[in-house]
Amino acid sequence: MIPAAELPVARTRRRARVSILIVFCFIVVAVVAVFAIFGNLIAPYDPNEQNLLVGLTRPSSTYWLGTDDLGRDVFSRTIVGARTAVVGPILIALGAMLIGNTLGLIAGYKGGLVDSTIMRWVDLMWALPGLLVAIVVVGVLGGGYYLSVALLILLTAPYDTRIVRGATLEQRALPYVEAARTLGLSSKRIMVRHIWPNVLPLVVANTFLNFAFSLVTLSALSFLGLGVGPGTPDWGRMLAESQTLLFDNPAAALAPGGMIVITAASMNLIGDWLYERLSDRGRAR
Amino acid sequence: MSPRFLALFIARRIVALLVLLLIISFGVFTLLYLAPGSVEDILRGTRPQTPETTQAIREQYHLNDSFLMQYWIWLKDAIHGDFGSSIRTSEPVIDGIESRAALSAYLGLYAFAIVMLFGVPLGALAALRKRTTVDRGIVGLGVVGVSAPAFATGIFLLYLFAVRVSWFPAYGQGSGFWDRIWHLTLPAVALALTGMALVIKLTRAAMINSLDQDYVVFARARGIPARRVLVTYAFRNALVPVVTAAGLILGYLLTGAVLVEVTFALPGVGALLVESVTFKDVPMVQGVTLLVAAVIILINLLTDVLYLFVDPRVRFGRGAS
Repeated sequence: MIPAAELPVARTRRRARVSILIVFCFIVVAVVAVFAIFGNLIAPYDPNEQNLLVGLTRPSSTYWLGTDDLGRDVFSRTIVGARTAVVGPILIALGAMLIGNTLGLIAGYKGGLVDSTIMRWVDLMWALPGLLVAIVVVGVLGGGYYLSVALLILLTAPYDTRIVRGATLEQRALPYVEAARTLGLSSKRIMVRHIWPNVLPLVVANTFLNFAFSLVTLSALSFLGLGVGPGTPDWGRMLAESQTLLFDNPAAALAPGGMIVITAASMNLIGDWLYERLSDRGRAR
Repeated sequence: MSPRFLALFIARRIVALLVLLLIISFGVFTLLYLAPGSVEDILRGTRPQTPETTQAIREQYHLNDSFLMQYWIWLKDAIHGDFGSSIRTSEPVIDGIESRAALSAYLGLYAFAIVMLFGVPLGALAALRKRTTVDRGIVGLGVVGVSAPAFATGIFLLYLFAVRVSWFPAYGQGSGFWDRIWHLTLPAVALALTGMALVIKLTRAAMINSLDQDYVVFARARGIPARRVLVTYAFRNALVPVVTAAGLILGYLLTGAVLVEVTFALPGVGALLVESVTFKDVPMVQGVTLLVAAVIILINLLTDVLYLFVDPRVRFGRGAS
């Protein structure tokens, strides 16, 4: 599959230093992941406990980020909010990956009518403004977190499909595919066992980018009141509910906003970094 | 040959556009049936529930006809600009959109101007200072911009420039041209930041590519002043992909405006859409969705045509063959 002579060259050339920024991004993602899994244990207060006697306060030593108008601890809510910020995007990225890879491999490998049918669908989905479709459909259907997740899988899958199809077309012309075909392997086996592993690196990089995109879009839906229910500790929802507190306790709005930006930026940077590394390696082959 | 090619190209794009609009309109029409609850209840709104009103609604919306017939009647009216009446305000949908459209257009174009005026020079600068701190800083700004949803950026801007230092108003849309610019600056910047990344990325890539071309090396070798080489030779050619993406970005900004309008409490079309969606005002949602989609698709068509005029290779190359 890989000419042996080219291997060392490819290895030494791509021994790039991992920049501090990327390390920082991985740390951010790790911290958010820990928050998402163990959030309830880490949070100093119950995120939903209202304390009307405390009311709205600015950051203090007892409440690190202050409290919102119902006396709920903003710091605890921000930590627990990591869960809805992570679970949905993971489901979306994986769901889109599954659909996109299946359709992309079939379209790229089979070609012909199957290819053009799938690609017309992809073109249609590309022409639609995604956020608009999400708002309208989720809103008219009555809203909800998992409904948003399901819809975003459908809206994200075309991106994966296009990338996988392009990469499959490139692979299909290579000798190893022809060899496998000559040996009489079934097309399913060639697609899954032979072509897919070679396409995988790009898919993985793209999954990170999809994660960032879904995080932003999901939080936007929650911000508009269409995603999670009212009062849920979710970053988008918290932003919407604390926007009016900007004068009294800005941290209540800025903390969840900052978390969305930092998490999405980290995922985007990791995705770009992987993409650059892996697509270069692909070219060296 | 060339005009014929152009006409054929535009005709094909228009057909594709109409097909796309037809598909979208069908999707938009079925929203009425997708919404939970019976169609009569949705269309009734706050009117009292009596057999007479139900009957009147069935008559008014042709609910006794078949589904496809209903779609056909709805589509015919929609083409004439009649999307029915809003359930929430009972004014005609088209009037509701018309009264809000100016503000959204203003906001979208303002943000578009910011994206182009700052994004293109920043991208070119990043390309010229490739692999330096300047380059990384600019690209990093782009990544943060694309990662930050417009509502989060909006709140940060509100906090910094309306709460901490009151340079800009926290709400309102202003009256008169300059006052409106002043009021819409924060929303427009919040919106622009999300589209900036793409422009920076494209300009940077295109500029790096065109700086690598032989004609740039040759121009330099001939001793043409550096500024002239950069502007006339490299930059002008680098602009082609940017112009192509301009339509995409404008469409992106128009949908992103929904979030910004809600964040800054601006009564634009986007805010209208969110209000109508929350209220289950289906006719209004249908009207807004179809019009916004049509505008975005039309912009894409215009960009495609523009592309022909910007890049002489596309215009003459294929026409001559």
